[in-house]
Amino acid sequence: MQESSAQQAHVHAPPQGFWRKHVFSLDHKVIGKQYYALALVAVFTGMVLSWLMRIHMVWPTARIPGLELLSKNGAPAGVMTPEYYLSLLTMHGTLMVFFVLTNAPFAAFGNYFLPIQIGAEDMAFPRFNMVSFWTTFLAWVVLMLAFVIPDGPPIAGWTEYAPLSAVGKDAGPGMQWGASLWGISIAIFCIASLLGALNFIATTLDLRAKGMTLMRMPLCTWAWFITSCIALLAFAVLLPACILLILDRHAGTSFYIPGGLVASDRLQPHSGGSPLLWQHLFWFFGHPEVYIAILPSMGIVSHILINSMRKPLLSAKVVIYSMTSIGFLSYMVWGHHMFVSGMNPLSSLTFSFPTLTITIPATILTLIWLGSLYGARIQLTSASLFAIGFISMFVSGGISGFFLAQPSLDIYLHGTYFVVGHFHMVMGVASLFGVFAGTYFWFPKMTGRYMNETIGKLHFWITFIGTYLIFMPMHYLGLIGNVRRYQSFVNDFMAPYLWLHKDMTIAALITGAAQFLFLFNVIYSRFKGAPAPENPWNCTSLEWSIPSPPPWNNFGDRHPIVYHDPYQYGVSGSKGDFVMQDSPEQIVGSGD
Amino acid sequence: MASTVASTVQSAAGFGSKKEAVPVSFVGSSADRASRSGIWVGIFAITMSFAAFTSALFVRQGTPDWTHILMPSVLYLNTFFLLASSVTLEISRRSLSAATIIESHSARRAKLWLLATFALGVAFCVGQYMAWQQLRAAGLYLATNPNSSFFYVLTFVHVLHVLVGVAAIVYLLGRLMASHSTFRRSLFENTAVYWHFIGVLWVYLFMLCLVKL
Repeated sequence: MQESSAQQAHVHAPPQGFWRKHVFSLDHKVIGKQYYALALVAVFTGMVLSWLMRIHMVWPTARIPGLELLSKNGAPAGVMTPEYYLSLLTMHGTLMVFFVLTNAPFAAFGNYFLPIQIGAEDMAFPRFNMVSFWTTFLAWVVLMLAFVIPDGPPIAGWTEYAPLSAVGKDAGPGMQWGASLWGISIAIFCIASLLGALNFIATTLDLRAKGMTLMRMPLCTWAWFITSCIALLAFAVLLPACILLILDRHAGTSFYIPGGLVASDRLQPHSGGSPLLWQHLFWFFGHPEVYIAILPSMGIVSHILINSMRKPLLSAKVVIYSMTSIGFLSYMVWGHHMFVSGMNPLSSLTFSFPTLTITIPATILTLIWLGSLYGARIQLTSASLFAIGFISMFVSGGISGFFLAQPSLDIYLHGTYFVVGHFHMVMGVASLFGVFAGTYFWFPKMTGRYMNETIGKLHFWITFIGTYLIFMPMHYLGLIGNVRRYQSFVNDFMAPYLWLHKDMTIAALITGAAQFLFLFNVIYSRFKGAPAPENPWNCTSLEWSIPSPPPWNNFGDRHPIVYHDPYQYGVSGSKGDFVMQDSPEQIVGSGD
Repeated sequence: MASTVASTVQSAAGFGSKKEAVPVSFVGSSADRASRSGIWVGIFAITMSFAAFTSALFVRQGTPDWTHILMPSVLYLNTFFLLASSVTLEISRRSLSAATIIESHSARRAKLWLLATFALGVAFCVGQYMAWQQLRAAGLYLATNPNSSFFYVLTFVHVLHVLVGVAAIVYLLGRLMASHSTFRRSLFENTAVYWHFIGVLWVYLFMLCLVKL
């Protein structure tokens, strides 16, 4: 019996026709761009939702023109109801966590660059890859349907805590069909992410070019690989959790709903379920999800910093070990989201310890970045600025994690803006800074054109300063006792601090507006940007050894052979101060 | 760093350890190895999902309204079907390994045993359906009590996985029947790994439903 000869030459034929080229493409690069486009749509949607929430929070009676078109019941005459605020909160969180922070740094950039960086022609399973994207797209459509149904989006928050998320319409507006759409959307998203993660793992393990040992993989490839291992475990748990939630809602089961629960003055016909069970299953996914969002950005930022400093990091190996241990520890800490759930105090301690332990590899990473930056003559491009900005966000947002990791402090802080400030900086904005850095860095490879550096730097400074203005005060407000998830503070004890909230709202509006600069830059540069050569940043990894944009089969008929570690900077090579991974030049004395 | 570049071309074979030297294109072994990795990674994910179901089951078993139900007797027969199907698939796989050309005697043997595997797989699914019917006849529906809820959920999700395996076997049968076409043996190997896994998974789930911890 013979191997299929059709498979011998290429993994798939050159794409023919509009649909195969641009829509149902098997090409990992097109799929990567599709993920990126979906994330872009989701991030701007999520951002506009946050604007609406912040405006309502400080001017609760303000009429927002056109809002009544979004929801007649939720915003009669353009004035948001308190319940609709919660609907927007839920949709903001869900869009950002799933469709932006999972899609952009991991699925989008990983799809585009992981196969090229290891010298492969495509992902291991291109058809699965296409199915992953379109399944993700379906999940997004199902979620967005919640905006158009009369019921509106659910009000349970992105964590969709049981039992109220499980009982149906008695739990409030949006909880009849909106919450069902949420559950179905996330279940579909889980399937898509599992297929994606499987593809990433098999590709990394088995399709590496000759000479591309695991330790020769660039740091971002390592980050995507570790992330896919985390995603595989995390989404495999969230999927059953969502199935049980949907059954509780529609099949009358009682997995999460306890007996004797009264909602909207009605005794719910369920008994014996455990609301805590949902929290355990959800956070077993939810905490690793934080690392699914941040690890790819760590990899991207390391890759870009090394290139901008023109010298290797203090230790690339330690970066890999640290990222791996973060991935490993991420599975032991989910209970730190549940300190106020009434857990046994001993359990709280048990979860507190590994949470504090995670700060060790995180600190090592930070020290390696900072130590490597010390004395380096860094080229300040938009990409490297965002990379440095990432470190800043990671440190500023991460430090508050030390406080939250301790049950005695968390019990006070958990329900406050302290937590909102913490996770927006360390998980949200830090991860997005990685995405911005990656975009400015890889845009010339993806399109053959540079992005505009002046607009890029303006975008960086407004975003960087704006982020601090929005999220830093949240920490202080939290310490004062500012409760989160409330729709307004005009009439309570927080009224004296309303000016701070108003300032944050203005900062949010300006920072958000600056993101349109980025959007303009992407679209303008795609068509009118200055043409870029094949390797504009003098970078060493394999993606810079092929034309920009890369052909459908990446390396053409060439089979790259890898001779060096990924970061041979500061050496004297034939092309300058670097030697590319696939260059057969011998570097004497590098220990390579 | 005081490194200089010599013009000598370093041999790619000189990169040491046995783990490397993976060819770049999708010819032969790397595609096969990727699909082998893929199936194991998939199995890992499915195991994780059922681990989540299991932990939910343990939590629920600890609540006072748990009623332990008697398992339908047809499940013992179904267990036999599924385990026997693993044996027939293994016989088929080994016959095929011995076969050099598709028209040989051993290849015909492989086809027959694969057909038997298919029949046993379908028999298992029908048997599971009968088990659900038996429970319904006894007045035990999905929402009747927590044990019946878990029983229906676990068996239904497991049958979905069996059906994926059955589809793979149908595909393999089709490839074997069309003797002129090419055949990727790795596909057969991977289907076998998956099929044995869902057999083991069933034994585990059955024990889980039988025993109250």
